[in-house]
Amino acid sequence: MSGSAFNLRSFLHGLPGVDKVGVEARAAALGTRSVKTTAKAAAIDLAIRMVDLTTLEGADTPGKVRALSAKALRPDPADPTCPSVAALCVYPAMVPVAAEVLAGSGVHLASVATAFPSGQAPLEVKLADTRDAVAGGADEIDMVISRGAFLSGRYDFVYDEIVAVKEACGSAHLKVILETGELGTYDNVRRASWLAMLAGADFIKTSTGKVPVAATLPVTLVMLEAVRDFRAQTGRQVGVKPAGGIRTTKDAIKYLVLINETVGDDWLDPDWFRFGASSLLNDLLMQRTKLTTGHYAGPDYFTLD
Amino acid sequence: MSFLEYAPAPESRSVVDIAPSYGLFIDGAFVPASSSGGVFKTVNPASEEVLAEVASAGAEDVDLAVAAARRAFGPWSALPGAERAKYLFRIARIIQERSRELAVLESLDNGKPIRESRDVDVPLVAAHFFYYAGWADKLKYAGFGPDPRPLGVAAQVIPWNFPLLMLAWKVAPALAAGNTVVLKPAETTPLSALFFADICQQAELPPGVVNIITGAGETGRALVEHPGVDKVAFTGSTEVGRQIARSVAGTRKRLTLELGGKAANIVFDDAPIDQAVEGIVNGIFFNQGHVCCAGSRLLVQESAYDEVLTALKRRMATLRVGDPLDKNTDVGAINSAAQLARIRELSEVGATEGAERWSPPCELPAQGFWFAPTIFTGVTQAHRIAREEIFGPVLSVLTFRTPDEAIEKANNTPYGLSAGIWSDKGSLILAMADKLRAGVVWANTFNKFDPTSPFGGYKESGYGREGGRHGLEAYLA
Repeated sequence: MSGSAFNLRSFLHGLPGVDKVGVEARAAALGTRSVKTTAKAAAIDLAIRMVDLTTLEGADTPGKVRALSAKALRPDPADPTCPSVAALCVYPAMVPVAAEVLAGSGVHLASVATAFPSGQAPLEVKLADTRDAVAGGADEIDMVISRGAFLSGRYDFVYDEIVAVKEACGSAHLKVILETGELGTYDNVRRASWLAMLAGADFIKTSTGKVPVAATLPVTLVMLEAVRDFRAQTGRQVGVKPAGGIRTTKDAIKYLVLINETVGDDWLDPDWFRFGASSLLNDLLMQRTKLTTGHYAGPDYFTLD
Repeated sequence: MSFLEYAPAPESRSVVDIAPSYGLFIDGAFVPASSSGGVFKTVNPASEEVLAEVASAGAEDVDLAVAAARRAFGPWSALPGAERAKYLFRIARIIQERSRELAVLESLDNGKPIRESRDVDVPLVAAHFFYYAGWADKLKYAGFGPDPRPLGVAAQVIPWNFPLLMLAWKVAPALAAGNTVVLKPAETTPLSALFFADICQQAELPPGVVNIITGAGETGRALVEHPGVDKVAFTGSTEVGRQIARSVAGTRKRLTLELGGKAANIVFDDAPIDQAVEGIVNGIFFNQGHVCCAGSRLLVQESAYDEVLTALKRRMATLRVGDPLDKNTDVGAINSAAQLARIRELSEVGATEGAERWSPPCELPAQGFWFAPTIFTGVTQAHRIAREEIFGPVLSVLTFRTPDEAIEKANNTPYGLSAGIWSDKGSLILAMADKLRAGVVWANTFNKFDPTSPFGGYKESGYGREGGRHGLEAYLA
């Protein structure tokens, strides 16, 4: 084991542990916060501004991506006061199509890369994937870590890979997907968070959305604690992105409460917190319309994509 | 408006209908107090608004209540256990059905946040009745001999910090074992017990099996000293516990006491820090610190002191103090003016004796009884705030260097109700738990209650156990 590998291992294993029962109880308790009226309206608009509107299907076509890009810009065509989402998130092959629509709009263009979702490819392939996406116009890259390497304790391998991808990103922001559903323990989530941040991640993200367990409140809580502690020690702020499984306004507001009461308002901003989601947006729009008009509009009043 | 300040989210008061005045519940009916009694008022501690006028039982009323319980004892104890269980199950279900009403009532009369009365108190009350309902037909197999017998009439005196929950802890095992009950709730929180009387009527519990008499200390004294009582169960202060022990000495009465505490919450440097901080907060600020097993002495390993204190202060700054009926309130009102005065006095003493006082910035309502969450650092074993029970949201922080020192300090108190240990190392937790002289030891959690788990103290924290199979022993001979 090399010196740096040894240091990395002792550092990550020296982090305070996470008590599973305790963290789940805390997340559940915060989930009971009651956010109503004016606070709810503010929360919904903030949540819309934090959405990374996502389509990651084998069946994605230029037509589908163009349609979703338009939705990212104007989520509610009937209401010009409705804010745009934070970003559109697509596969690298679809980046040029989306870039055409989004150029100059302020809506970011994110692309998954590095052999998403498994990450099981040689480094060279991952780097080429990343460079392609950036060249096509992506200004945010969502990479996956090699969970196999992480779980077998090869932290230096994972670290080096993130460093290399970060370099390939150039000026594009790097979100590092930990795939927490495959990490098994909250201790691992905390270690992987620190590993990614030490290697230069601009954001840490929970999941690909392609494995059965995606974002959960307790996992996000552990990651928020990690970015908070990392900033306290290094002075550098890192963003957090839960992705997958967040479908309702009620869920989204629970995440905002989590931020509010653990890391504070420095993270209550689309630059520092994102929701990786697709169906969430329409529920947010539906609740937003309900708050402004006083009644629910049927699903047909909201665009599919 | 910023999302940061949640808009008010008050639970509706309209789910509970409080009568202007209440009598005593004796022999299955509400009756006014006799000429020996009187009336007193109960107030909402969050607003000082009078909630209701309540009868104060005098000596004659106590006589009537004990006589009613005595008459009911024969037929009640003769019922097959399975029949008694039916009543208890019925009571438990009614409590669940009326849970919202009971939660709002409890928050109004006690000042505790609705989040706690809704998510902790009332569910545990129902759980206790369900649990002891299950024991009623299995007493022969509880390990107290082949044919355990009930004791007779139980006099039960309960405190104001968990009015309905303490009632459940006392009433459920007593009835399951075949005893009848005369219960006196605390003077400042009589309402939920009176609503429980209504639930007994609704469940068609035979008259006299449960009698509720309200009043202050004199009523309680008359009850425990009554010659017709076979068993006394008391939860409250050590001082009153001593008086009761003296008064029943030399009588046939059996006695269980659950008294004060000054629990050590011990945090090692390998603890899961974020969850430990939650546990510290839950240990001392849960129910405004009006908890006999509160973790009021924080013992932090010196090597983790800075980290823990920084995290604790950061966490305390997010506590929401205010309207108990707001669903987002974490810390509610102090139960009474007298208790507030006691908390203030001991806090002044802490500052005078040289400990450093800290509270997060927090705006307290102008009306009502309030005290901001407070910690004292630089506390030593010699300070009064490290020795005396404050029974409020005030935490004394001490340090230790080694596990042995932690045990010495934790045990260096006349009390011994509970303790907490925070560490990632299982062997250390087990070794510590073995040596702590406390009735309940929590590991990597705090203030967790369950009807199946016995609860009670060492030393001046009292004797006898409530909850679990052990809790039956206090009501069987």
